[in-house]
Amino acid sequence: MTTLVARTRRMLGPEMAGPVLAFLAVMLIFGTSSPQFLSRATFGSVAFQLPELGLLTLAMLLPILTGGLNLAVTFTANIAGLVVAWVLQANGGVDAGPAAFALGALLALAAGAASGIVMGLVIAYTRAHPILVSLSMMIFLRGLGEFLTRGGDVSGFPTFIRQLGHGSILGIPAPLLVFILCVGLWHLLLSRTKLGFNTYMIGSNIEAAHYSGVNTRKVLVLVYTLSGIMCAVAGIIMMARFNSVRIGHGESYLLITVLACFLGGVNPFGGFGRVIPVFVALVVLQLLSSGLNLLGANQHLATAVWGMLLVAVMILRWIAGQFGYLVGKRE
Amino acid sequence: MRRLFHTQATEMALLAVTALICFFLATSTDRFFTLGNAFDLLNISSVNIIFAVGLLVVLIAGGIDISFAVAASVVQYVTALILAQIGGGSWVSGILIAGSIGILLGAFNAFLIHKFRIISIVVTIATFNIYFGLLMFFTRGVSIYDLPDWWTERVILFEREMADGTWAEIRLPVLVMALCVAATWFLIRHTTIGRQLYAFGDNPDGARRFGVNIGAMQFIAFGWLGLMAGIAGLIQAHYAQEVVPNALYGRELDVLAAVVLGGARLGGGRGSVFGCVLGVLLISIVQNGLNLMGVSPYAFQMIIGAIILLAITLSNSSIEKLIPFLRTDGRKQS
Repeated sequence: MTTLVARTRRMLGPEMAGPVLAFLAVMLIFGTSSPQFLSRATFGSVAFQLPELGLLTLAMLLPILTGGLNLAVTFTANIAGLVVAWVLQANGGVDAGPAAFALGALLALAAGAASGIVMGLVIAYTRAHPILVSLSMMIFLRGLGEFLTRGGDVSGFPTFIRQLGHGSILGIPAPLLVFILCVGLWHLLLSRTKLGFNTYMIGSNIEAAHYSGVNTRKVLVLVYTLSGIMCAVAGIIMMARFNSVRIGHGESYLLITVLACFLGGVNPFGGFGRVIPVFVALVVLQLLSSGLNLLGANQHLATAVWGMLLVAVMILRWIAGQFGYLVGKRE
Repeated sequence: MRRLFHTQATEMALLAVTALICFFLATSTDRFFTLGNAFDLLNISSVNIIFAVGLLVVLIAGGIDISFAVAASVVQYVTALILAQIGGGSWVSGILIAGSIGILLGAFNAFLIHKFRIISIVVTIATFNIYFGLLMFFTRGVSIYDLPDWWTERVILFEREMADGTWAEIRLPVLVMALCVAATWFLIRHTTIGRQLYAFGDNPDGARRFGVNIGAMQFIAFGWLGLMAGIAGLIQAHYAQEVVPNALYGRELDVLAAVVLGGARLGGGRGSVFGCVLGVLLISIVQNGLNLMGVSPYAFQMIIGAIILLAITLSNSSIEKLIPFLRTDGRKQS
């Protein structure tokens, strides 16, 4: 029994406290103030909205763990979506078959990976600040997308694409399935593989990681490449959800992904943070948004409340730290 | 002279690149090297330069701020509402109101950063969402076009008719920009506070042991950026002759890129007003040049992004090769 408790506690980790508290608070507040909140409809809409933001957040998570940042996530996703859209259009538009989609998706993943590789190489080999490198990549990709689409929409996809965005398998929305699969992959990657271990090493102390024989450059390039690939997955899901591709779709998610990571207890300097708390933080954010929506507020108020929640969690953490400090002193 | 090149390598390189691009544009287009175009560039860049010098102070102090552009939008909107309440006002009351609200918003960031020991990027991403979300929620995205006359009326400080009949003019934003640049330069180069900001940004612990008041540093840096953001908001509304709640949304990252291109380091302790102004101007000049050369406006951002990426890669790799152990760790308190 005690081992079970200890194991659960270890599995949940200290980062879990903030997101779980926030989750309980949200459930309590909205559950009592709005009778429709604890309903299938609420959770249904959350399940459909979660993946877009969630996949982008996963893409943001890996670079943050290395002490960096990938500000190009949303536009990498847009470019990847554009690649799929073009491949589909080149193969008959509405009449395109699954093979064309498979090819498009592969090319989209390659496009995402390419963006990540370029950023990773520049960051790893020149030691330029990741904020800056990914920022210029973001400006470049945004410009590239605007140049290629002239700021317009690309749409007209076969019907099975709609299924990917809006369909369900065994009652679980298809995008959510993709998202949960990706969460699982990221969790395994970070907790079970050498690359994951090295990611944490680099985030804690890149010099120490280097001197202990970690090929830091290789790891950094891989991390940004994987981030780019995850952006591409997000781009494909976003394309299916909106049934169109436009440069700027999901642009407002950019800073929210960083917010979700921090809310999920990821250390802004890198080295600490896990996937599951981030997942819970994402669920909290979406529940908040749905709850406010039920109370008649709009998305903008939800955005403001997301910001306040982040500040509140940080303040609570500070208070907990002060308390721990006092307790520690007494002993 | 050698010392100048050594201490201000980024600024010198930037100046050389800017000069090269200017030379190229002057020979390849006939419009670039005219007084009218130069003045246009200054008028257009003014707001970004005001933002940039404000952000520079925060970067020097080792912080980062994402929220200043939406803070400026809040300032614009609230200032317009207050002015409508008090029946018009004037430039003096406008600057007082906008400046105070700006300082207040900056101080709120500083308060969270200092009191609860949250790092600046987390705080400002949170406040970015709070400011912008609340602004859009309360205004419902409605713009204000009915501004007092003094606010929207063009003030021309200097004008000269060109040979082809067009007018070259320097307008009010340029004067305000010059004042902000001069004030920031004075603050960080010629006051004790400025030296302390550099010291604090370079090594917070060391600065604290030397008796630098850490809290004061945070409030001064973010308050200064708040003040600049307030002024920039006022001037942007003056320039655009309207207050649109999401007009400045997204501007923060462009300004950040320009400032760091100008030699300020994410992580603190480095950066100069000269480099910062050059960084903004370089981007404006490239944009302007592409426009004159007849390149599709859709391609501007792409080319600018590629240039910044290239500039970062080149500047970092050459420094790295020259002095390999100088840049050991850039991330102290980003």
